[in-house]
Amino acid sequence: MTNTQQLIRDVAQADSPAQMVAAVQKLAAAKDEAAIGTLIAVFGYNNPAAAVAAVAGLTQLGEVAVPQLLAQIDDYNYGARAYSIRALAAIADPRALDVLLASAATDFAPSVRRAAAKGLGNLRFSKLDITERQKAQAKALETLMFISRDADWSIRYAAVVGLQALAKIPELQQPIQAKFAEILATDAENAIRARVHLAQRQVLVSS
Amino acid sequence: MIEPSAEEYLQENAPPLTKEQAIANLQSPDLSLRYYAAWWLGKFRVRDRAVVDALIVALEDEADTTEMGGYPLRRNAARALGKLGDTRAVPGLIQCLECSDFYVREAAAQSLAMLGDITAAPALMQLLGGGVAAAVTVPGRPHLTQPYEAVLEALGAIGATEAVSLIEPFLEHPVPRVQCAAARAMYQLTQDTSYGERLVKVLDSSDLKLRRVALGDLGAMGYLPAADAIANAKVENSFKLIALKGLLEHQLQQELDVSSFGEDALRVMNLMDSLL
Repeated sequence: MTNTQQLIRDVAQADSPAQMVAAVQKLAAAKDEAAIGTLIAVFGYNNPAAAVAAVAGLTQLGEVAVPQLLAQIDDYNYGARAYSIRALAAIADPRALDVLLASAATDFAPSVRRAAAKGLGNLRFSKLDITERQKAQAKALETLMFISRDADWSIRYAAVVGLQALAKIPELQQPIQAKFAEILATDAENAIRARVHLAQRQVLVSS
Repeated sequence: MIEPSAEEYLQENAPPLTKEQAIANLQSPDLSLRYYAAWWLGKFRVRDRAVVDALIVALEDEADTTEMGGYPLRRNAARALGKLGDTRAVPGLIQCLECSDFYVREAAAQSLAMLGDITAAPALMQLLGGGVAAAVTVPGRPHLTQPYEAVLEALGAIGATEAVSLIEPFLEHPVPRVQCAAARAMYQLTQDTSYGERLVKVLDSSDLKLRRVALGDLGAMGYLPAADAIANAKVENSFKLIALKGLLEHQLQQELDVSSFGEDALRVMNLMDSLL
């Protein structure tokens, strides 16, 4: 039995929440592709510390984990789904675009929508060819603009964070700055307007 | 101790309303329409003098009663009035603090906290009469003799410094949530960080619901030293974000406009970003 198989077995046999966290941390640290399925399954165990360790492990593995992350999204457990979206957002592979778009716009769980909104701004669009890239960026922009008017303040907050990241793309800066001005003029929440001011400062610094 | 909410049921199954219809429905012979209209006016924050007047009248409703002696319409009217931000409701809500129905008293205390009117202090303090010794469970009911959490929170929210000596003993009340409410109020009234630190310690409790309560209290207090403890608490991110938003708003209040925020507000926003 390989070391990874043993570590996978340890996760399966952990019989306390603390043991589970320790076993998942060790499995994540092994950085072995063979661990991907097990790490994703951890999202469904209702053990937040273990899930956070699994997200970190999958993020370190990076692109190689993306196909399984996309294939194994749990449609029946929004807690697990939020961790999958966080991992996809952190890896930032543009193959996750469609899932992030749909999750940001239509998932019923705010935790999933927030994670997707943040992720939409950070995708590594440069991995796409030029026509695909422009289409993908336009879709990400459109969805973030749309949810920046959501009734839930936390979704609007996440949309601002996503838009700030997207503003690194020079062609998108103008519409994003216009949207920021609109939010400053219309949003009733001080917290949202302050976050827009922060985004404006940081966009100016980076451009 | 909060009354089980019927909001979700109502929202999905009742017909859409207009402001005029809702006001008219407060007098409908169909008591369920009255109940729904009062909830609807608060939910959608229909800020209008006629709405406030109609809800104030509903605080004295005698028609809609439960077999336990409760007043469902009064409860919803009291809750709605807190959301509408009109201090003309204060005298009626103060009257409600003497209602025989626990949930009417609780709703009134919560709404008085939202309206922030210091004139409610004496009536709220009356409900703490008898101190901790009188604050016991009512036999056969899921609540204490008075809505202590709501009363303590209201006294803190309205700045009733004269209530400090009445509130302090409740730090030792046997119900942890009441202790939390007392610590929150004591901090708001004295700015003594030892009360904030009590709530930070509750974030390590083994009881998830209590950890959520402490997060809510720290957010309502805007207790900045708790920022990292909030971000690291073993609670769902949604609750942490709400608490950190409370801290952020408290910081922003100290600025002339929200664009000139300082290092502390920036730190809180960075924590919020990390929880998305």
